[in-house]
Amino acid sequence: MTQVPPSPAVSIRTVSKSFGKGIYAFRVLDDVSLDIGRREFFTLLGPSGCGKTTLLRLIAGFETADSGAIAIEGEDVTARPPFHRPVNTVFQSYALFPHLTVEQNVAFALEEQGMARDAIRRRVGEALEMMRMGAFARRRPAELSGGQQQRVALARALAPRPRVLLLDEPLSALDLKLRKEMQIELKMLQEEAGITFLFVTHDQEEALTLSDRVAVMQSGRILQMGSPREIYEAPTHRFVADFIGDINLLDGEALPGGGVRLDSGTVLPAAHAASGRVTVAIRPERARLVPAGTGALEATLVHSAYLGTAMLHKLELPVGGTFLLRQSDPAEAAPEAGRRVGLSLPGEALRVLAQ
Amino acid sequence: MSPRRFPFTRETALLVLAYLYVPVAVLIVYSFNANRTATVWTHASVDWYGRILVNPSIQAAAWNSLVIAVCAATAATVLALLAALATRRAFLGRGASEAVLNMPLILPEIVVAVATLILFVSLGVKLGLGAMVAAHTAFCIPFAYLPIRARLEGISGTYEEAAHDLYANRVRTFRRVTMPLLWPGVMAGFTLAFVTSLDDFLTSFFLAGPGMTTLPVYIFSAIRAGISPEINAISAVMLVVSVLLVSLSFFLGRLRR
Ligand SMILES: Nc1ncnc2c1ncn2[C@@H]1O[C@H](COP(=O)(O)OP(=O)(O)OP(=O)(O)O)[C@@H](O)[C@H]1O
Ligand SMILES: [Mg+2]
Repeated sequence: MTQVPPSPAVSIRTVSKSFGKGIYAFRVLDDVSLDIGRREFFTLLGPSGCGKTTLLRLIAGFETADSGAIAIEGEDVTARPPFHRPVNTVFQSYALFPHLTVEQNVAFALEEQGMARDAIRRRVGEALEMMRMGAFARRRPAELSGGQQQRVALARALAPRPRVLLLDEPLSALDLKLRKEMQIELKMLQEEAGITFLFVTHDQEEALTLSDRVAVMQSGRILQMGSPREIYEAPTHRFVADFIGDINLLDGEALPGGGVRLDSGTVLPAAHAASGRVTVAIRPERARLVPAGTGALEATLVHSAYLGTAMLHKLELPVGGTFLLRQSDPAEAAPEAGRRVGLSLPGEALRVLAQ
Repeated sequence: MSPRRFPFTRETALLVLAYLYVPVAVLIVYSFNANRTATVWTHASVDWYGRILVNPSIQAAAWNSLVIAVCAATAATVLALLAALATRRAFLGRGASEAVLNMPLILPEIVVAVATLILFVSLGVKLGLGAMVAAHTAFCIPFAYLPIRARLEGISGTYEEAAHDLYANRVRTFRRVTMPLLWPGVMAGFTLAFVTSLDDFLTSFFLAGPGMTTLPVYIFSAIRAGISPEINAISAVMLVVSVLLVSLSFFLGRLRR
């Protein structure tokens, strides 16, 4: 007996979208395809203007794609209006109805679905309790703090138990401390409710902490998709490597059969299957300081910063350009600024990226 | 150090205020004058207010004014609401549409009144209440339109998207979200239109037809027989009603932003 695997929670097939007409047309999404598994915490990550919100709005149904198809749990919803799609959105600005109380806001969707009064009351109570907002049921949105509004927006979107919850930078209006708290809460909520989350952010740290999988976008395309670990440790594009965390990028020429000759002339023993111009990437925590003359590269120490749990050294390469190095034991002796040092770059820490 | 003010700012302001409000103040004071001759003060009394309450021609004129104002303001508000919703999104000719809607604000009223009279007469439309309601509706539209549109601009489209997202279709969204948020603007628009119609003299005067009066028309004809304290009293009442309604509309317009 063969089992048919369940269709993905969200399936996007070759979706493109342009705004404007004629010569003013501007392609915001370019041939995007992706599958989001059921109960997955999936994050769209990318710089401002790369099309994250547009993709989310296409799934919610606020925009229509120029081409391509969108399916939710196997059902094609491409032509359906937003009120016929089993997804709910947490808006960046929350969009709580100002003329309704907290409980009326949360009950809105349930009433539209024609649920019985008693059932609505129970469900609203549960949703508010889950977000610890039960005591605020009779208040209006204007009488709540930002974090409380955020919770109500989540309760309102979760109350109808959607198949997929879409969240567009829901934490960006909160201050750092509240943001960290809400991150943990969101993650727990997603695991508890067993709902697929499609989360949008331009904060790479947030994306790495929360997600099961991340898609990194740039100018309307998905460059790389994978687990946070894959994205961080094995970026496939120079842009991805540069966008996520600190990284050192060294340009050079791929040598046939392995190894890269940097523009400075040094040959690094990096494994690859590329040819032509490439970039060698290495994270600051993977390089080590060694006495001058014994490392793969030579550099001058410019500045050292004490970070409590580590030291961050800023070095200058002789050919120009800076190199960041993170020394994980801050108690370890470090050379003074201005000294020439060597850099040891372990072969397995080097990533070779096509340019 | 506070920034230096121009000299005589306070004096100038007081002069301007006096210039604006002394006539009105005089009118109100003399409406409480016991003397038959409106311009000679003897002692205080509220006699004239009692008189206007029982004067049948004033009652009839007031009733006509009220009926016209209610009908014209209602019609104008409904039309203005539809117009505001229709001109919400950008389209070719949107600017032109708005200009046409607001035309009554800049056209000389005497010209429009005469033109309407000629049109109605040549079409054989009977002058009187119906004709006046029709004409009042037309010039009341911009007064209803402007507050409604201002309110609509303040309502972000995200609320409607949120309603769609929560399974409300277009009709339900309009009823449950757009209209309740728009309501203060609609009330403000109605009130402004109502006051505008109530105060109108020119259009009413031309279209009243025989034997028909509104309050402003009554005041005008009464004054030709000489200024009487009665007129002061009616005018004071109209003034108070207008000021109250305009304040109300201003208050509604700012409600729950
Ligand atoms: N309605 C619209 N009309 C025209 N252009 C639009 C419209 N909506 C978005 N765009 C353009 O599409 C591009 C992508 O916008 P989008 O809002 O999807 O970006 P984003 O990745 O969400 O950015 P951010 O992180 O700043 O929210 C931007 O260049 C934007 O100017
Ligand atoms: Mg966005």
